[in-house]
This record gives sequence, structure tokens and C-alpha cells, in this order.
Amino acid sequence: MADKTLEERVREIIVEQLGVNAEQVTTEARFIEDLGADSLDTVELVMAFEEEFGVEVPDEDAEKLQTVGTVIEYLKDKADK
Amino acid sequence: MGGGILSGRVGVVFGVANKRSIAWAIAQAWSAAGARLVFNYQGERVRANVEELAAECGPDTPVAQCDVSRDDEIAGFFDLVRSRAGRVDLVLHSVAFAPREALEGRFVDTTRQAFAVAHDISAYSLVAVSRAAAPLMAEGGSIVTLSYYGAEKVVPHYNVMGVAKAALEASVRYLAHDLGPQRIRVNAISAGPVNTLAARGISGFMEMYKHYEAHAPLKRNVTLEEVGQTGLFLASDGSAGITGQTIYVDSGYSVMGM
Repeated sequence: MADKTLEERVREIIVEQLGVNAEQVTTEARFIEDLGADSLDTVELVMAFEEEFGVEVPDEDAEKLQTVGTVIEYLKDKADK
Repeated sequence: MGGGILSGRVGVVFGVANKRSIAWAIAQAWSAAGARLVFNYQGERVRANVEELAAECGPDTPVAQCDVSRDDEIAGFFDLVRSRAGRVDLVLHSVAFAPREALEGRFVDTTRQAFAVAHDISAYSLVAVSRAAAPLMAEGGSIVTLSYYGAEKVVPHYNVMGVAKAALEASVRYLAHDLGPQRIRVNAISAGPVNTLAARGISGFMEMYKHYEAHAPLKRNVTLEEVGQTGLFLASDGSAGITGQTIYVDSGYSVMGM
């Protein structure tokens, strides 16, 4: 299996967790307003990212992750450390 | 299946939200030991999750809506259990709720409404579910619920949920007394912090998690599988003489004085 990029893995998790189409998961898409996530969905998403990328996302960081793009940047940043 | 220690038993499972749920860990242990299970789900939001997981316990595993704050839904749910399984031996109650704003800040600011809903869903629901299940438990059985140390000691941010868990643990004792003559045992598992969807609703959960790692005698947190195995123990004849208890599965944290 070819290595997927971090961005691809993030998008796949969002598609699976929120049950949306891949085309909807644009960089600008907001989880709640554009992708129909509720507050529990956002917690589940954070937990799925933590599991997939082996990172820990504190509450105060999670609150800022409101779009697909911010999540990708945040996780890239974490991966570089 | 076949030779498992719960073979021939029927278990009813309340409170699976997703694969990280403690309820699911215990349900898996029960299923692996040969029990047939029936699952509730509460609200359409978790329905698909629960259906997908329940199917892992066998293709015909019943799954049905049941809001534990509604007596009519509890009655309807157990009607379905009666028609699909004919009996109940085991009940797992892993249900709790408090409004998010009640799980941060000060306990003294808890509203009347938040206090009432937390107690209704987190404690009274065990009473209501036990009352509905008991007539189907003709051969006795085991009822297991989930608590947390915040019932006994102050855990900042746990707030009204700690008070509701205290009511839950007291309810376990009174239910054990009432249902003991029917050979129904009732116990609570007080689990250390587990990274579940519900736990993440508690402000500062990750600090709590790290605190246990640093201070518990085992110097680590408990795993979902470990809680599942204790759930299996409490369902099995290995615990035949145990009722009315709160069993700590917390890496020993609760014995520490500092």
C-alpha cells in the first residue's frame, strides 16, 4: 500500500466520521457550518485524529480547529516536532 | 461460542456510543464468552455506530432505540427483548449525562435543571431499567453499572456528575437489597479515566488522565479491555457472592492518600 499523505488521511477520516462526500471536504470547509457536524462529532473527530496520528490534542487547541485546513496545518505542525 | 462461561445467557447493553465506549468493551467480553446480546441506542445520532458494532456480536443481534429518561421507551425496549430473546440474565448500564456547562467551573453554580437531568439520566435510569428487566430475569442474574471515583471524593470539574454517581452507587446498594431475593446481583464498576467520548466532555480530562499515570500504584491508566474483563467477571459465576458493591478498576489510584 502506497503511503498516503497526511492530508489524504485527514480527509478520509473526516469523510468517514461525518458521512460526507470527499468533494465537500475542501480546505476551507468548516466542520459545523459546512459539514453538518454537531458538538459530539467534533469531539469524535479530534479523538480519531489523535488515534490516527498518535498525537494529543488539548481542549484549548481543539476549540481552534474549525476548518479542514486548520486541522491539516495543526497536524503537520505537530508531526514536525 | 458454545463453551463460553456466559453461554446460554442473554445480556442487555445500554450505553454504547462508539467503539471506544466502555459499554462496548464489556459487551465484547460478554459476547466472546458466549452471551447473546441486545443493544439500545439513544437517538439517531449513534444508531449507525451501534448497529455496526452490534453486528460483530452476530448478524441477528437486536438493536433498538431506547431513551432511558422515558418510561414508555424502556417498556417498549423490554417488550422487544422479551419477544426476541425471551429472557434476561445480564444488564449493562453505562449511561450518564450532564449539560456540558455543568462539567466546568464551580459545582456551586449547578442549576436546578442541570442537577435534575444529571440525576435522572445518570442514576434514576438504573432504577427504571432494573425494574423493567427484573421480571425477565427469572433465573436471577447480574446488573452492572459504571461509576467513577468522583462519587466519593472531589474531582474538580466532575461536579454534578460526581453527585449523580454517588446517587448511582447508593442506588446499587438499595437495588441489591431489593433484588437479592430474586438472585439478581447489582454492582458498579468504578473505572479510572478512560479516553471515551463521554470522558472528553469533562473539562480538563487529559490532565486527569495524566494525573493517574503519575500517581496510581500501577503508574498507568487502565485499558478498555481491563474494564471489559471486570465486566465479564461481574457477569459470571466467579462473582456469584458479590452484590451491592462498587469495584474499583483504577490502577489502584483510589487507595492513595497523596
